[in-house]
Amino acid sequence: MTTPAQDRKLRDPSLNPGDQPYFDACAEGKLLIKKCNDCGQTHHYPRPLCPFCFSDKVEWITTQGTGEIYTYSVTRRGGPVPYCIAYVGLTEGPKMMTNIVDCDLDAIKIGQKVKVVFKKTEGGFSVPMFTPIG
Amino acid sequence: MTINGKAYIVGAYEHPLRKAPNTSVSQLHAECAKGALEDAGLTKDDIDGYFCAGDAPGANVWSMANYMNLKQLRHIDSTDMGGCSYLVHVAHAAEAIALGKCNVALVTLAGRPNSEGSSGTQVRDRGANIPDAPFEMPYSPVTVNLYAMCAMRHMYQYGTTSEQLAWVKVAASHHAQHNPSAMLRNVVTVEEVVNSPMISDPLHRLDCCVVSDGGGAVIVAKPEIARSLKRPLVKITGAGESTKGQMGGNVDLTYSGAVWTGPRAFAEAGVKPSDIKYASIYDSFTITVIMQLEDLGFCKKGEGGKFVADGNLISGVGKLPFNTDGGGLCNNHPANRGGMTKILEAIRQLRGEAHPAVQVKNCDIALAHGTGGALGHRHGSATLIMERE
Repeated sequence: MTTPAQDRKLRDPSLNPGDQPYFDACAEGKLLIKKCNDCGQTHHYPRPLCPFCFSDKVEWITTQGTGEIYTYSVTRRGGPVPYCIAYVGLTEGPKMMTNIVDCDLDAIKIGQKVKVVFKKTEGGFSVPMFTPIG
Repeated sequence: MTINGKAYIVGAYEHPLRKAPNTSVSQLHAECAKGALEDAGLTKDDIDGYFCAGDAPGANVWSMANYMNLKQLRHIDSTDMGGCSYLVHVAHAAEAIALGKCNVALVTLAGRPNSEGSSGTQVRDRGANIPDAPFEMPYSPVTVNLYAMCAMRHMYQYGTTSEQLAWVKVAASHHAQHNPSAMLRNVVTVEEVVNSPMISDPLHRLDCCVVSDGGGAVIVAKPEIARSLKRPLVKITGAGESTKGQMGGNVDLTYSGAVWTGPRAFAEAGVKPSDIKYASIYDSFTITVIMQLEDLGFCKKGEGGKFVADGNLISGVGKLPFNTDGGGLCNNHPANRGGMTKILEAIRQLRGEAHPAVQVKNCDIALAHGTGGALGHRHGSATLIMERE
């Protein structure tokens, strides 16, 4: 059985103040996360205060855009087309919610290596998704 | 300071409707309040504490307190922890009673998601200013896939199987056959569960709870009042509440907040998991039950699948009778919030008023545990332990 991933309409993110640089970078093909210059830890989703030590000395860093699938689920009912929601553990550490795309949805596995690709939402935002490599 | 012995559940009521297209949500709340008061033998004007959550019209106490014309209120609490709010409310009511802030507390829940066409595969609008929403909503997280991701990881990490998950539903269906109000009364087999349509891998349709209208209410009162009434005495002995999220990106979907609320509740009640004769465990999905049983200490982490297999949750068959009303998987899930009905069946068991076919013998200590939100991103947990006196 194969279930090819299909493009689907993606909801626009409703941005809060502070979120714009992340989506601007996505539009340039870069995935950013935040790193704290006090405790040294990276986090996601991005915040202006470090969620580990509450320092405000956080900065954007550009990730390699690679990681591995921590968990996933292919939702087969309810939507116009099947889609795969997942958490991907980035090479830099944090796990992020995402979709796995551009692949056979029935062949996705936990532990699979993935790389970032960017997909457009209905309103033209670029959002990071991942596709298996190797 | 403890709530152990400071308050009793004196009234309880479950709304009989599962589909209520012509009954307003406020009417459902009020009918549940009326039913619980009549069960207790109290009147509306005895209520001096009122608790409700996001399912109440307006998402706080104003509309319903006004609708029911509650005139004596001196303690109010609209804590919203999603589906487990009502377990939190009972604990908070016990705290308020212990402090003398109120004597008779009413907790209500009601809603009509069945009539309103709600589904666990719908993307729900989350409103403005939610910090995580821009980083999640484009990916279409829905109730069922958020739990499915927990199940997928549990299978990967611990070897849990679809057949083990199915046993949770099988047990619930064995109980539901005796409940005339239950939405799904047919006994199902493991094969029927694993052969039902796949909704979101690895959760099949029969791994999911029902969507129902309805509601419920409980009355919590101070000991002197409880002893003056004619109903069996159900004492609140311990409680715990907590939340768990994505921990800055250190996401771990293998456990729930029950790892914190369980030990707190057991310590306050002075009992241990092996003392529990009956457990109401939130069953939004079959995986929810397995994870929470592990986290509460009924079995070791990762062994929940083995624990629930072979009918171990069936009353009269297994070691831990659970959700003897049929639970959310078969009976009802009013307002998409199952915490109230978890309390209600625990009360029936402690009073000896469960259906004779599922009544646990000598049921003197019961636990009710709930989850709110979704285990796959952010959730609340609440545990309540009660004793028959």
